[in-house]
Amino acid sequence: MADDESQYTIKEGDYVVLKRGDIFKAVQIQPRKKVIFEKQWFFLDNAVGHLYSSTFEIVSGGTLQPQKLRGTESSTDAKEAGTDNRNIVDDGKSQKLTRDDIETLKEKGLKGQEIIQQLIKNSSTFRGKTEYAQDKYIKKKKKKYENTVTILKPSCRILAMMYHGREPGKICHLRYDTLAQMLTLANIHAGSKVLVFETCAGLVLGAVMERMGGYGSVIQMYPGGGPVRAGVESFGFPANFHDMLHEFPICHVNSLLAGTLDTTAKDPTAVTDEKQSSMVAEEQQSQSGLEHQGSPEEWLRETNNSDDIGQDQEQKQKEKRKEAKAEEKKVKLEKKRKKLAAAADLLKGRDADGLVIASRFHPCPVLMGLLKFLSPSRPFVVYSQYKEPLIECYTKLKEHGGAVSLRLTDTWLRHYQVLPNRTHPLLLMSGGGGYLLSGTTVTMDGAKPAGSQRAEEPAAKRPKLTHTEG
Amino acid sequence: MSFVEYSDFIQDGDVAIIYLGHDSMMPVKVQQGAQTQTRYGVIRHSTDLIGQRYGSKVTCSKGGWVHVLHPTPELWTVCLPHRTQILYTTDIATITMMLELKPGSIVCESGTGSGSLSHGILRTIAPTGHLHTVEFHQQRAEKVAEEFKEHRVGHLVTVRNQDVCKDGFGVTGVADAVFLDIPSPWEAVGHAKAALKTQGGRLCSFSPCIEQVQRTCEVLTDHGFEEISTMEVLLRVHDVRTVPLPLPDFGPDPSAQTQPETGEEPHPMCSPNPPSITMKTTTPPREMPGHTGYLTFATKPRT
Repeated sequence: MADDESQYTIKEGDYVVLKRGDIFKAVQIQPRKKVIFEKQWFFLDNAVGHLYSSTFEIVSGGTLQPQKLRGTESSTDAKEAGTDNRNIVDDGKSQKLTRDDIETLKEKGLKGQEIIQQLIKNSSTFRGKTEYAQDKYIKKKKKKYENTVTILKPSCRILAMMYHGREPGKICHLRYDTLAQMLTLANIHAGSKVLVFETCAGLVLGAVMERMGGYGSVIQMYPGGGPVRAGVESFGFPANFHDMLHEFPICHVNSLLAGTLDTTAKDPTAVTDEKQSSMVAEEQQSQSGLEHQGSPEEWLRETNNSDDIGQDQEQKQKEKRKEAKAEEKKVKLEKKRKKLAAAADLLKGRDADGLVIASRFHPCPVLMGLLKFLSPSRPFVVYSQYKEPLIECYTKLKEHGGAVSLRLTDTWLRHYQVLPNRTHPLLLMSGGGGYLLSGTTVTMDGAKPAGSQRAEEPAAKRPKLTHTEG
Repeated sequence: MSFVEYSDFIQDGDVAIIYLGHDSMMPVKVQQGAQTQTRYGVIRHSTDLIGQRYGSKVTCSKGGWVHVLHPTPELWTVCLPHRTQILYTTDIATITMMLELKPGSIVCESGTGSGSLSHGILRTIAPTGHLHTVEFHQQRAEKVAEEFKEHRVGHLVTVRNQDVCKDGFGVTGVADAVFLDIPSPWEAVGHAKAALKTQGGRLCSFSPCIEQVQRTCEVLTDHGFEEISTMEVLLRVHDVRTVPLPLPDFGPDPSAQTQPETGEEPHPMCSPNPPSITMKTTTPPREMPGHTGYLTFATKPRT
């Protein structure tokens, strides 16, 4: 890897991740752009030129100031501590500073650290708390009053944790460790050809792209009107990464498999025009049918146009604009067609090296439809928030053949607090991170698996049970 | 064949994975003229393997058949020869993501052990990354180096036979990530810090015992590591089963409306085939690995 320093400095236009404690937020560095993070607004302009992983203090006017002393640990001079909590009474009177007092301190421009000092000074019970409880108290107050923000370089780890913490609904509740399993189980690596079908805001797609490092090709199989990949932006990939990214609408999968997909049209003859417009119409339909995917802007504009009435001069201008727009559209369509043709070429050989599915769609038809594009002896992995659809996939694959080493799994994840004499699992843990079905493709042969072959699922003891236990 | 690049056909000198059935696989060094015994009979390499497509079905001498698969680090993990306790795919996947490994990463690892994690790392950092792996057991270091060569990933890895706690990783200021799986990781934290780039990097320590974690975390804090976080990941397997659920017979219900002209009701006392429902569901295995090790991650800040 080129070790030039520039990749470690924050530049204008960079996609970065803001961090405070366990809270993350992905943003782009834009001049004079107000950013709201954790109920505070500020500008990122001053971060430009600083190193990634720097911590800044938010000062008045929403400007960032590099934090001078890294990790200044609480310099509590009070080294006094109690032995247990028998004398701590929760009467709500231990803190002498009122809410208003604290607000005034804040307005005076006191730093978080100073406010905490004041809080400790004015707490009648702090000295009576055990050393551990004092630590905990300071930690809690720090979280509340410190107005610092750390700017990180985005990575799959950070973005996966961010999405899971902030907007799990957007990524089908895919937990970061489950995403980690998917990337490994699908053997995602540089130089391979991978199919991705996801409705996880582009997180899964971005994760796959990161693991491929710009080598090989990723084909995003997308439903509806257009590929959704806002999350990919947040990774801040170098430009060459986007050269490996292709897209193919799943509404053309059947025609591609049947060999009837026409992507060869060179000049816009009437036939292709018709075809394309019907294609567009079809997409728009599915777009309006589904949730808001991509930007149905153009479509909206068109409907707005039809609503307009009269006004001659404007009408003419409008027509001109319309023409220009039509021309623009044609160019766009041509570009789109070329892209479609390129993706179709990649798929035609049915020799992809990996398949990753993570969507809110029923995984069964998606899996059965896309598995056809894989070479034999290649891994695939399907994520679902629910277990039952994956049971169906498993059953279908068993009937259909063409896959071995099928496994339905989920992962259990527990975090720990590790402190001298206070090590224990965290009180809260995630209840579930979704389910995975993984397997490996093999060549299909006409014959059904012979009875002699061991079945992966022991034959149901149905007859026996019903007779003996009935 | 290579562990970092797929090929379509089996060639002389490849390592192929024979898939015998669920959770039953064996690696095979493909050699012209060689034979491999399986419980379904003999596989003749020259005719049954060489020139065949990976993923195809091979009929063994006794008439049973197996599938021949292209090796991947995950398949290797389930069938590699154990010379030590190894890391399994669930932990490897978590380590790979939390260490932020990707093509081009420079990684230090100790101990190498049987090379289970090493293969996973190599797959992810190829084609431009490098793995510096340190193993204090000479035979193990030699054996694993040989395997890397056979798996055609030798150019991506340097195996050093030394004690990481005494001699470090043999490199300084180059690593993006360091992984420790040794009995006393706290003794190697200083070396790990030295191996990491001045711009910073990630560290992971794998320990089965909480006391090891405790000591390691203290030393990590002392060395200025940040974002120290310990976690545990377990794989839960769900076996798909078709299960019959018999329905109980409460006898005739007088309060219910008598069915119009069913004619002959089966005798309530001895229905020959009591009704039951069959359904697809999953069951957990009777036993599962309930603990592998604690994974402690940390970030080394820029120094």
